[in-house]
Amino acid sequence: MNQAANPTKTAVGTPDPDVLAPIRAMVSACIQCGTCSASCPNAFAMDHTPRQLWHLVMLGQKDAIFSSKTFALCSACYYCTLRCPRGLPLTDAMAALKQIAAREHLALYRQSDNFYGSFMESVRRHGRVREMEFMTLFFWHMKSPFIPLKFASLGLKLMGKGKVSLQIPNKGKGALDAIFRKVEELEARS
Amino acid sequence: MKYLYYPGCSLEGTAIEYNLSTRSLMQALDVELIEIDNWTCCGASAAEATSRLLSLALPARVLALAEAMGEPIDILVPCSACYLNLKKVEQGVKKDPDLLARLNEILSVDDLTLKGSLRVRHLLDVMSQDLGAAAIAPRVLRRLEGFRIAPYYGCQCLRPYAVFDDPEAPTSMEPLIRSTGADVHPWHMAGRCCGAAHMNTKTEVALELVNAILTDARGADAIVTVCPMCQMNLEAYQRKIAKTYAEEAFEQTILYLPQLLGWAMGLSEQDLRIDLNLAVSDAFRTKLHQTEETRRAG
Repeated sequence: MNQAANPTKTAVGTPDPDVLAPIRAMVSACIQCGTCSASCPNAFAMDHTPRQLWHLVMLGQKDAIFSSKTFALCSACYYCTLRCPRGLPLTDAMAALKQIAAREHLALYRQSDNFYGSFMESVRRHGRVREMEFMTLFFWHMKSPFIPLKFASLGLKLMGKGKVSLQIPNKGKGALDAIFRKVEELEARS
Repeated sequence: MKYLYYPGCSLEGTAIEYNLSTRSLMQALDVELIEIDNWTCCGASAAEATSRLLSLALPARVLALAEAMGEPIDILVPCSACYLNLKKVEQGVKKDPDLLARLNEILSVDDLTLKGSLRVRHLLDVMSQDLGAAAIAPRVLRRLEGFRIAPYYGCQCLRPYAVFDDPEAPTSMEPLIRSTGADVHPWHMAGRCCGAAHMNTKTEVALELVNAILTDARGADAIVTVCPMCQMNLEAYQRKIAKTYAEEAFEQTILYLPQLLGWAMGLSEQDLRIDLNLAVSDAFRTKLHQTEETRRAG
């Protein structure tokens, strides 16, 4: 646990095995009953079921975990957390894996990383998310002409209703800069 | 009755009609909403996908701003994602004084302090527990007889915190719907997941979930929601889903709960901004306007 609180990046960008330690502690009482897998609305699309994922966490199989899309497919519906007979915080454990993938900018999760990263960038600048700026930043980071196309028809519909307007991204006043910086500082220290 | 009010970012943009209809409904029910001054984003589902500490610091900032407003102590939140983020901090600091200290260390950079004295309430919690059918029924001017309404709760107002409803088999919307004269569509998808932000990054997965919800709602005149993310997922992709799964077209009307209740209580389309919804069928609109004839003398 003590070591886990002090994660270090390896040269190849694969998370250090100890980053799993806090997650292992969250699921250590898992009895592999599979209630989580049976309750998960997204299990049909997962390569490993949630139950299998917890097993991999227990074994410290970081390569298998971070080449799987299972945790990225968690939509935080909290059915597993609600139903787990051991009362484990499974949705939080999924989130903890997402946080590692985001912190390490692992390539497999690039789309989610850019999506959530763009959202937070807009929040950091303005205090509140500007939906069009956020999407523009996301398209910019993805550098693919096909992704904006996917959103074009809904975007136009929303503009037609006056719900969103074209916003050229701007740095704003850095409304939440201080908070974001403080969080980064504390996370680096812990 | 008075509540602090946290609309959240969506309710200023893509879900503006949820904001306006909530305000109109509350006004009609003599409930005062006091918007938190200079509120900021709760982190939505994005903060938790990037940093746990940030996902707690952002809602903590909102709660600290709310505390600075003084009375009342209940914050009404219409968005389920905002609600859960704020609720996590409310509950978290109660159990963990170290977390409160840590959050206060962060908030000090903005000269804010969190005591943890507030109660975070979802709009549906307030509607079903504080107001209830008893507040709606005597104010109904347009009876929604012959309407069949599917109540959709989604996830995060129900789980993981079982505050005001059964997280497995929710029913809190049913008395509210019945108080308008409408019937409740019997279905299995009321508390199931719509895929949330997966619609953007893992589209095929979210489409599958929304397809199951829309399919089970066939036969209902409308689905009512209490979350901007659920609303958007249910209303914006109906054509795409019918095409993807080669199914009969969906012409499913999706309304926010305050829009349905507000209409029954005689509020205007302008008060409720039903014109801003993305999925209101012509048939539903016609049926809605027919209720005008049943309008009781004020």
